[in-house]
Amino acid sequence: MSSTQKMLMKGNEALAEAAIQAGCHHFFGYPITPQTEVAAYMAKKMPKIGGTYMQAESEIAAINMVYGAASAGVRAMTSSSSPGISLKSEGISYLAGSDLPCLIVNVQRGSPGLGGIQPSQADYWQATRAPGHGDLHVLVFAPSSIQEMVDMVFDAFDLADCYRMPAMILADGMLGQMMEPISFPEKQVKTYDKSGWSTSGHQHKRAHHIVNSLYLQPEELEAKILERFQRYEEVKAKHTRCEEYLMEDAEYVVVAYGATSRIVRSSVNSAREKGIKVGLIRPLTLWPYPYAPIEKAAERGAKAFLSVEMSMGQMVDDVRIAVNGRAPVSFFGRTGGVIPTPAEVLSEIEKMAGGDR
Amino acid sequence: MLSILLAGFGGQGVLFAGKIMAYSGLIEDQYVSWLPSYGPEMRGGTANCSVCISDEPIGSPLVLNPDVLVAMNLPSYDKFIDKVAPGGIAVVDSSLIAKKSDRTDISCFYVPATEKADSEGLKGLSNNILLGKVLQEAKFASLETVEAAVAKCVPPKKQHLLEPNMRAIKLGMSL
Repeated sequence: MSSTQKMLMKGNEALAEAAIQAGCHHFFGYPITPQTEVAAYMAKKMPKIGGTYMQAESEIAAINMVYGAASAGVRAMTSSSSPGISLKSEGISYLAGSDLPCLIVNVQRGSPGLGGIQPSQADYWQATRAPGHGDLHVLVFAPSSIQEMVDMVFDAFDLADCYRMPAMILADGMLGQMMEPISFPEKQVKTYDKSGWSTSGHQHKRAHHIVNSLYLQPEELEAKILERFQRYEEVKAKHTRCEEYLMEDAEYVVVAYGATSRIVRSSVNSAREKGIKVGLIRPLTLWPYPYAPIEKAAERGAKAFLSVEMSMGQMVDDVRIAVNGRAPVSFFGRTGGVIPTPAEVLSEIEKMAGGDR
Repeated sequence: MLSILLAGFGGQGVLFAGKIMAYSGLIEDQYVSWLPSYGPEMRGGTANCSVCISDEPIGSPLVLNPDVLVAMNLPSYDKFIDKVAPGGIAVVDSSLIAKKSDRTDISCFYVPATEKADSEGLKGLSNNILLGKVLQEAKFASLETVEAAVAKCVPPKKQHLLEPNMRAIKLGMSL
């Protein structure tokens, strides 16, 4: 690992800086542990670059300010943690229903309710199944390191703009609070032509644009949704991402994402040292979900699958869909803010492999 | 991999000392992670910080069984002394912790860091006196590296604090 240009930065601050570098100059938020440093960083930086930092009166107000800014055609974002994301869900549905690009960050904490403030992954279902009401998806990125989170912020803004849909970074308290060495990619910020739809002022030179999610004629609404789902299909085909680790000869497969996956990686290494042929499939996007590599492993005859999460078992549903009965799928998780240990995961891998070495 | 747990009261500089250690690893091209405890325990109880320095990518940044424990108050000592990995090191501020461990499988060093900081004109730098002792015993980086790391961790406008920070570290190495 080269230390050139690398610096130590807290996850929340690195994420905020990455967003600014990705051309997002409009942030709307409301404080909540463990993501408050995102907002604090934006509050400090935005005035210096002529951007907008707005501490809204609530999470609901913040997401609707994002709606307004995104309608005007600029890159806009908000960030929160689990309970706050629930409050934003109405706005997320409106953003999706109006084909608006934006970034929503969820630095997850233990829940339901106010829950706790320690790391969690219990918002997987919310992010991938129902980020808001209705027929919709948002892009969901799941970083496992701070560098990856930085890189994903750029991708999230680009894909959101390209496909006119909201993107979410699904992080957790561990990634938000920890420091790791990072560098910012020297990327040219991609710009997308939004002049065909944004409400950026018509100066009486064109018909005015309307950004709206209300369609009272069912046929019209259906056509709108069908068009949107065609775009979703294109996203699925082109932008599903996943990393495979030690999968070439793997007889046993662990699936894990985000902070949990780095713990699992250590456990997979330990299990390999004990002679267990185990590999890791790590989804980098949770929507679209990388079913194919899991299906492939199941078809190839993998003997068993294990999903490890900081929840009571949510992503395991998608692992089961992919495996489709071809092999047993088990689950191990800690919840409420408890982080699984490498030793616990190793013991689950050993259990999955039985006496099979 | 070297895993370090620094624990004390909020305000003793636990996070800052941990950051110096992590930056030292970064400067020496190692993988590093720094994870603070965050939450209600930071107000009045123990604050702690996990640091990992490794030549391989770091899995869990959360240190449960440290190779090195730096204990800066009694609640932290009581909570973590039994968690130190066998063969590990505990560096204890004996000005604030009167207890001594009866563990024979770890090396314990009792450093009167708070008293020394007060008597040597280094008030508030007991954290770095203890860091110096860790550097001496665990050799997590070279002294030159640590100096470069301190320069990174001290804000640009407060570079005059580099000297007392380094004096504290060197003092700790000699104790």
